[in-house]
Amino acid sequence: MSNRIINVLVPVISIILGLLVGAVVMLVSGYDPIAGYAALWNGIFGDTYAIGETIRQISPYILAGLAVAFAFRTGLFNIGVEGQLIVGWFAAAYVGMAFELPKFIHLPLALLAAAAAGAIWGLIPGLLKATLKVHEVIVTIMMNYIALHIVNALIKSISHGGFKLDKIQETASLRSDFLSELTDFSTLHYGIFVALFMVFIMWFLLDRMKLGYELKSVGFNENAAEYAGMNVKKNIVMAMVISGAFAGLGGAMEALGTFGNISARAGFTGIGFDGIAVALLGANTPLGVIFGASLFGSLKYGANNMPNAADIPIEIVSIVIALIIFFVASGYIIRVGLLRLSKKKEAK
Amino acid sequence: MSTFLNVLYIIVPLSIAYAAPLIFTAIGGVFSERSGVINIGLEGLMVMGAFVGIVFNLFFVDTFGAWTPWVSILAAMLVSSIFSLMHAVASISFRADQVVSGVAINLLGIAIALFSVKMIFGKGQTDFIQEKIPRFNIPFLQDIPVLGPMFFKSVYGSSILAISVAILAWFIIYKTPFGLRLRSVGEHPMAADTMGIKVNRIRYIAVLVSGGLAGMGGAVYAQTMTNDFGHATINGQGFMALAAMIFGKWHPIGAMGAAIFFGFAQALAINSSSIPFMENVPSFILYILPYVLTIVALAGFIGKANGPKALGDPYVKGSR
Repeated sequence: MSNRIINVLVPVISIILGLLVGAVVMLVSGYDPIAGYAALWNGIFGDTYAIGETIRQISPYILAGLAVAFAFRTGLFNIGVEGQLIVGWFAAAYVGMAFELPKFIHLPLALLAAAAAGAIWGLIPGLLKATLKVHEVIVTIMMNYIALHIVNALIKSISHGGFKLDKIQETASLRSDFLSELTDFSTLHYGIFVALFMVFIMWFLLDRMKLGYELKSVGFNENAAEYAGMNVKKNIVMAMVISGAFAGLGGAMEALGTFGNISARAGFTGIGFDGIAVALLGANTPLGVIFGASLFGSLKYGANNMPNAADIPIEIVSIVIALIIFFVASGYIIRVGLLRLSKKKEAK
Repeated sequence: MSTFLNVLYIIVPLSIAYAAPLIFTAIGGVFSERSGVINIGLEGLMVMGAFVGIVFNLFFVDTFGAWTPWVSILAAMLVSSIFSLMHAVASISFRADQVVSGVAINLLGIAIALFSVKMIFGKGQTDFIQEKIPRFNIPFLQDIPVLGPMFFKSVYGSSILAISVAILAWFIIYKTPFGLRLRSVGEHPMAADTMGIKVNRIRYIAVLVSGGLAGMGGAVYAQTMTNDFGHATINGQGFMALAAMIFGKWHPIGAMGAAIFFGFAQALAINSSSIPFMENVPSFILYILPYVLTIVALAGFIGKANGPKALGDPYVKGSR
C-alpha cells in the first residue's frame, strides 16, 4: 500500500470509527442509532432550507480550519483560534454597527477589521514564541480566555450595561436575498464565497509565493531554514498573524452574516476548537480543509434535527466529533494496522 | 479598618473555597507533566468529575447520608481516572500528539457529560444536590484573633483535603523513589530506561493520577460552588488549573500557591462591586488576571518557568 493511499485512508477510517463508536454509544444509551443517523442525514440534506443552513455553518468552519492548518504548516499549534475568532467577531460587529459608509467601503472595512483583530490576537503569541521561545500552545489557550472576558466587557461598556451590540448597518451585511431565496429562505449568506476565496489565498500563499515556501521550511526544520538564510523569527510571527487573520474572518462570518451582531457569551463558540479537527482531518492542506469543514459543519448543523426527529440529545454529534479527533490523533496506530494488513496480503 | 477586615473575612474564605478545586487539578497536572505527558485535557477530566460527583450525589444521597459528598468525590476520582486512560493510551502507546489528544478529551468530556445529563434528567442541567460538602470550624485555631475567622472558621472539608494532597504530592514527588523515577522519565526518558525504569508504566500511572485528581477537583467545585451540573459548571476552571501548574513552575507547592492566588482573583472579581476600594476596578481585569500572569510567567518576566525537558515527546525504545 503506498504512502499516499494510507494518508487518505487514515482520516477516512477515523471518521468511520468515530461514527461507529457513536452508534455504540447510542445503542448502549437505549437510542436507535439508525433513526439517529437518519435524522442527522435529513438535518443536513433533508430539504433545500437545510442544505442552505448547512453551507452557512460550513463557512466559519472553513476559516477556523484554515487558521489552524496554516499555523500547523509552520510547525505552530494555534489553539487560540477560538479567541481570535471572538475578537474578530467583535471587531466586525462593531465596525458594522458604528459607521455609516457606502457598501463597497463598509463591508470590506468590517471584514478587514475582523482580520486585523484576529491578527493582533495571533501576533502576541507569535512574538512571544519568536523572541522568548514561549510555547505557543499555553499562550494561545490563555489568550482565548482573555479575549472572552475583554470582549464581554467591551460589549457591556459600549451598550451601556447591555448584553449585546445593536445590529450592524445594512451596508456591512453579508446577507444575500438571492442565496436566501435560492435555499428556501435560509440564512445562507455571501460568507461562503469569502471563505472559499481565503482557501485560494492560503493555497496561493503556501504554494505560489516565497513567503509560503519559507513558512513551510520553518515548519519542516527550523535549523535548516535558519542555515539557508531564512529569518525564522519573522516567519513564526508571520504565520501566527496570518493564522489569526483567518480566524478573525471566521468571526466576521458570524457577525456580518449569521447573527448580525455580537452578544456577551458565558463560554466559547466551539468553532475554534472544531477548527483543530477540521485541519487535522484535512491534513492541513487548503483543499483538505474544505473537506473537513464540510464534514464537521454538516455534522454540527444536522445535529439540530436529532432531538426532534429521533429524540436523541444533540451532544451525540459532539461525542462523534471528539472521537474522530481522537482517532486522527492516534493515526500512528491506524497506520501500523494498515501496514500489517497490506504485508499479510503481499505474503499471500 | 474594620470595613477592610470585614472584606477580608468574606474574601479570604471564598478565595480558599475557589482555590481548592484548582489545587487538586493543578497537582494532577504536575504529576502528568512531570512524567513528560502534556495534559491539556484537565478541563475535560474536571468536567467529567463534576458531572459524576453531582449525579452520584443525587442518586445515592439516601444510602450514604452525610457521607455522600465524600463518596461522590471518590466516585468522580475513579471515573475521571478511567477516562484519562484514553489520553494515556493515545499519548503513550499510540504516540499521538498529546495536545490534540488533550483537546479531544476536553471535547469528549463535556459532550459525554451533557449527553448523559439530557438522557437522565431530560433537560440541560441536573437537579440541585441536598448534601453539600460540610464546613468545619477548626478547634483552637479559630479562636486566634483576626486570622481565626479568616482561615479557620467554616472551612470546607475539601479545602483541608486539597492542602493535604498538595503536601502529600510534594512528599511523593521529591522524597520517594517513585517521585524520583517520575521526574527522571519526564526529563530524560532514555537515561531512565537505561537505569531499568519502566518509562511507559510510570507515565501511565502519572496520567491516571492526574485524571483522578482532576476528577476530584471537578467534584469539589461542583459540590461547593454550583451544587448542580450544567454546560457552564466548570467553564475554564481546568485551564485555570493548567495555568496554576505553570505559574507554580511544575512544583506541587508552587502550584498550590498559584491556585490560591487565582482563587483570590476569582473571589475578588465576583465581589468587586461590593468592596469599597475595588468598585472602580472593572471586574474583567480580575477575570483575566490569572491568564495574563501565566503568560507573563512563561515569558520569564518573573523568573523563567521551564517545563520538564521531555514534555510532549512519546518515548520510543531504541530511538535517539
